[in-house]
Amino acid sequence: MTSTTERQTGIEADALRPHAHGGHARHGGRFPSIVDAIGFTPLVEVPNVCPNPNVRLYAKLEFMNPTGSVKDRVAKYLMEDLEASGRLAPDSIIIEPTSGNTGIGLAMIARRKGYRVAVVVPDNVTMERRQLLALFGAEVIDSPGHLGSNGAVAMAKHLVEKDARFVMPYQYGNPANPRAHEETTAEEIIADCPEVDAFVAGLGTGGTLMGVGRRLRRHNPNVRIYAAEPLPGETVQGLRSLDEGFIPEIFDPTGIDGKFLVSNTDAIAALRELTEKEGIFAGVSCGAVMVAARQLAREMERGTIVALLADGGWKYLSEDIWTRDLEADEDEIDSLNLW
Amino acid sequence: MTAVRIPPVLRQQAGNQKKVEVTGSTVGEALESLLGTYPGLREQIFTADGSLNRFVNVYVNGRDVRYEQELATPVGENDEVILLPAMAGGR
Repeated sequence: MTSTTERQTGIEADALRPHAHGGHARHGGRFPSIVDAIGFTPLVEVPNVCPNPNVRLYAKLEFMNPTGSVKDRVAKYLMEDLEASGRLAPDSIIIEPTSGNTGIGLAMIARRKGYRVAVVVPDNVTMERRQLLALFGAEVIDSPGHLGSNGAVAMAKHLVEKDARFVMPYQYGNPANPRAHEETTAEEIIADCPEVDAFVAGLGTGGTLMGVGRRLRRHNPNVRIYAAEPLPGETVQGLRSLDEGFIPEIFDPTGIDGKFLVSNTDAIAALRELTEKEGIFAGVSCGAVMVAARQLAREMERGTIVALLADGGWKYLSEDIWTRDLEADEDEIDSLNLW
Repeated sequence: MTAVRIPPVLRQQAGNQKKVEVTGSTVGEALESLLGTYPGLREQIFTADGSLNRFVNVYVNGRDVRYEQELATPVGENDEVILLPAMAGGR
C-alpha cells in the first residue's frame, strides 16, 4: 500500500507537473471508420505498483485499440505500406507470421478493406487468439509450437516462395512497423508526458522499441529505452544450432539501453498485482514490462517512466492466468506461448 | 560457485547438463570456467576474435550483459547466469 508520505509526494508532483489535458477525458472522438480510430490510447498513472515514491510510473494502455492490442497500429501501417507498394493484385493473399495480435489487426483491417488474409501461427497460442483470427476471416496456418515464432517466420517465408499469390508485409523486417510507433505511439507519449525519462516495452519484433526510441530521443536525447523479453520455456526452444537463431531485421541492439529477461511466472505475478492494485486487466507480456519498469524505478533516484502495455487480459483467460497456482504449475506456465 | 543455465540447443556439448556450476568473478571468467569443462561450447559461444556470438545472449540475474559491462560484468556466488539463443519474439 502507498503511504501517506508517498501520496503527498504524488500530489506535490501533480501541482508541479499537471497532466497534459487537465484531467479531462481526451480520448475518443469521431472517426470515419474503425481503422481511423486506431491509436490515441490513454496514459494512466499506476502509483500503487510503483516501488519508488520519487518516480512516477505511467502505463500506456494499448488494449484500448480496436482489436485490443498495440499491433493495430502496426497492422494499419503495414497494410498502407502494402497498398502503396503496388504489390497487391486482385488474387493476392496477405500472409504474415504472428503469434496472434498482428494477425488479428491485419485481419480486421483486411475485412474492412476487402482483402484476403492468411496468418501463420505457432500451434500452441491461446484459443482466444485463434477464435479472433477466425472471426475476422483470416485463414490460420499452424506452425510447430516447439519452434516458437521462429517456426512461424520460416514457414511463412517458405509459403511465399512457393506461391506467388502470397504477399507478406513482414513485420520483422518492414520499416513501416517501427514507423507506426515513431509517428503515432511516441507522438502521443510526448503530448501526454513530455517529461518522460525512461520508456519500457516488450521485445518481440523490436518495432515498438525502435520506433518509440527514435522519436523520444529526438525529443530528449537523454531518454533511456528498455526492453522486457520473455524467458522461453524448455519446450519452445526448438533450435538445432545457434545459427538457426533469429534477430529481427528491424531490431538494432544499439537502439536500446538495457534488456530484462522475465519468466512467464514472474510476469503473471506482476500482472495479478496490476489487476488487484490498479484495476488494470492486461496481457502476459504487460506483466513482464511491469517487472522491468519496477526494477528500473527502484534503481532511479527520481523521474518518470512510461511502460507500454501491449494488450489486454481477455485473450489469456482460457489459460487460467489469474487463478492457477504459480508455484505448482511453474514449469508448465513457463512453456506456454503467451507473448 | 555461480550457476550457469544452459539452453537446450547447447546441451549436447555440455554433457546434457541443464545447469553447470562455475567459478569466476566476471561473466568472462565464468564462461571460461564453463569452457574449461566443456570445450566444445567455445565455437558456439564465441566468434574467432573472442567476442560473443551475436546469436547468443548472456544474462546475469535477468539483465543482458551487452548492456551492462559485457564480459567484465561482475558475478557473485548467488548470481545466476543464463545463456539463451537469439530467437524471434512473439506478436
